[in-house]
Amino acid sequence: MPRISINQSRCKGCGLCVEVCPKHLISVDRGMNKKGVYPSFCSRPEDCTGCLLCVTACPDVAITISED
Amino acid sequence: MTGNPEKSAYSRPESLRDVPTHFCAGCGHGTVHRIIAEVIDDLGIRERTVGVAPVGCAVVAYDYFNFDVTEAAHGRPPAVATGIKRVRPDLVVFTYQGDGDLAAIGTAEIIHAANRGENITVIFVNNGIYGMTGGQMAPTTLVGQPTATCPGGRDFQLAGPPIKVCEMLAPLDGTDYIARGALDSPAHTRTLKGYIRQAFLNKLEGRRFSLVEALTACPTYWRMTPPASLARIREEIIPQFPLGVIKE
Repeated sequence: MPRISINQSRCKGCGLCVEVCPKHLISVDRGMNKKGVYPSFCSRPEDCTGCLLCVTACPDVAITISED
Repeated sequence: MTGNPEKSAYSRPESLRDVPTHFCAGCGHGTVHRIIAEVIDDLGIRERTVGVAPVGCAVVAYDYFNFDVTEAAHGRPPAVATGIKRVRPDLVVFTYQGDGDLAAIGTAEIIHAANRGENITVIFVNNGIYGMTGGQMAPTTLVGQPTATCPGGRDFQLAGPPIKVCEMLAPLDGTDYIARGALDSPAHTRTLKGYIRQAFLNKLEGRRFSLVEALTACPTYWRMTPPASLARIREEIIPQFPLGVIKE
């Protein structure tokens, strides 16, 4: 099962991953990080299919996906 | 292997250092850096690759790539890459240049390097504006696009139309591979990665000058959100800068 991990300090909150996730799992509404941006987080990681579209869109390599 | 889209797993490519970048949120430079790093990892050429960085937002590429990168004077990466490649023909040499570096101050260098058919790869990152210096008009700015130096939009009568670098270089006999991709969607991003991979493969096969243009966004100086700036690439820029392999 794919396990998505979003680096909250590396994310700049651009929201491109939010746009491309086909299952609408990613959002940016869970508070600010130390840089003052609203980083992405995955609300339902158990539903992630590991399609890698968010990884392809992320300009900061803040998202990694591991396979259990 | 890292970055392999065939597998449902992804980790940072070895060719990209694990450091935060200084790029703005949604900037295309980070994505192009990542694609180049993935291609170099896939081809297993990290130990014999040398990059040449431009002046512009990507000026500190040597801090981000985990292989040898040197810096060149503004617009001169093709000349520096020519020197490196001629002294060390065993190395894979590429330049990474923005539209201000390649299409404005470095026009002479890129044309003559292409015409000589130097065995180098050029990655041309085109966002149609000068991001580093505050959003001034670039040679590739679209007609009508407002910038800091043309707040009413680029005037055709005053500044002419945008330069299409790929179409300009393709007729030269020295060029072997010219392609243009975009970062507006994951599908186009993967296609662009294929072009960059082919451009590096050409070097391994000893073919001559290769250039891949990437249409990217500058959300900060386009005054748009990152998703809106990708939509602008799709709706306004791609119709004027058609994608695809222009010469091979």
